[in-house]
Amino acid sequence: MPDSSSKKPARKSPYTADRGIPGAFEGETVTRRNFMTGGALAAGGIATAAFALPALGFALGPLFEDSQPERWQDVGSESEFNDETYVSSVINLVPEIGEPGKTTVYIRRVNPDLDGDTQAIKDQPYVVISTRCMHLGCPVRYIQASARFVCPCHGGVYDFEGKVEGGPPVRPLDRFYTRTRAGRVEVGDRFSVNSELERFSPRDPSNWVDGLWQYIYPSRPTI
Amino acid sequence: MPPLPKFLRPAPRKPGADNGARNGGGEDDGRLDKAKEQGIEATATAVGWIDERMSVSPLMRAQLFRKVPKGTSWFHTLGSATLFAFLSQAVTGVFLAMYYEPDPSRAYDSAAHITNEVFLGEFVRGMHRWGSTVMIILIFLHMGRVFFFGAYKYPRELTWVIGVVLLVLTLMMGLTGYLLPFDQRSFWATVVAVNLNSSGPVIGPYLADFLRGGSEFGATTLSRFYALHMLLVPGLIAVLIGAHLYLVAKLGTTAPPWLKAHKKELEQEEI
Repeated sequence: MPDSSSKKPARKSPYTADRGIPGAFEGETVTRRNFMTGGALAAGGIATAAFALPALGFALGPLFEDSQPERWQDVGSESEFNDETYVSSVINLVPEIGEPGKTTVYIRRVNPDLDGDTQAIKDQPYVVISTRCMHLGCPVRYIQASARFVCPCHGGVYDFEGKVEGGPPVRPLDRFYTRTRAGRVEVGDRFSVNSELERFSPRDPSNWVDGLWQYIYPSRPTI
Repeated sequence: MPPLPKFLRPAPRKPGADNGARNGGGEDDGRLDKAKEQGIEATATAVGWIDERMSVSPLMRAQLFRKVPKGTSWFHTLGSATLFAFLSQAVTGVFLAMYYEPDPSRAYDSAAHITNEVFLGEFVRGMHRWGSTVMIILIFLHMGRVFFFGAYKYPRELTWVIGVVLLVLTLMMGLTGYLLPFDQRSFWATVVAVNLNSSGPVIGPYLADFLRGGSEFGATTLSRFYALHMLLVPGLIAVLIGAHLYLVAKLGTTAPPWLKAHKKELEQEEI
């Protein structure tokens, strides 16, 4: 551009024809060199995405699948359990992996005098306490003499209802849904409870569920 | 060709020895020297053939004879020591993978098989197991050296950042490798470690799901940890070590902070 009054250097014309590029078309603004560069980058990007995105989805897929299908397990006849103390039983959480997939649970009949009127026992004939500590997942043990659940790892203590009494756990022990079929007690899915013993979808140990914490540690598609 | 190292050159004459007789005694009539020369020539030809095509010798020389600052000491070898530990872990790990089976019902037995029955199995597994601890100790010492020498400062910030990522990846190697023997200790340590990840707000529970491959420790958890331990994390470490070394070679190393390069000159000026 011949206008030299401006201090800024003259801008190049966007049209390749004006810039004197050989073989330029009328109205063409993209040089062939730029077009080839862009085309090569786009082709490389598409080719990379074509394997990388499926591979990433493959690795992340389990995050979006329900990994715990509903399953009812027979743990014994109704006469084996009482409403005074817990009886331990072993259920299979992940049958595919054998021994590591099993876990101990503590079972007793619902006792209105002890349990009161909490949401956790609504429509539940039995109380089934998970032994997964709510600090970091170690296995807790029921101590008959003190009527408390105690964790061996970091000293978490829970009372008879599974509520936190001491140590680092962030919420009461998880429970499992129960039902009776033809005189047999069956144990179903896990659920979590907050300090008021209100039900929540199962969360990991170390996840608070009181108040706003339930949104900071959200429910996930896997559970 | 660079000059041959001393041990490859023909031996000099012994003082007092007469013509022909070298230090091998008079009896071989220099045949030993002749064989040596032929051996050297064959080696030099082979090395030369490769070097003519790869041209690595100028790079090698630039690296090996580069100038290092005054005060360079054993402290500056901690990075190389960590690299050596990584290589040793890589080699022993590759061979352990030949016998190990990442299946929940087979893992413990295959690890026990390595220890109890495979020739040198206990030794190789022991090197890998203790080498992991050695590597973590060395990487922390290396980081401490860089920190206390102020070697992370301009223009070496990026080297430091890559080093920190390497530290995290090394700790991830420790975490993922810990599950593989699949005994009670591994299992519960991993349960606790995954739940620690889960305690992070918002993304923590998803991270735990990713590590477990679901909401419970399940069939794919062990193979996930195995793949992370065997392929993903070591691959990233290898790539980042390359970048880290490139930066070290490009930017050079630093002198210790107590060494003041111009102190003497300054003193002289004051006088």
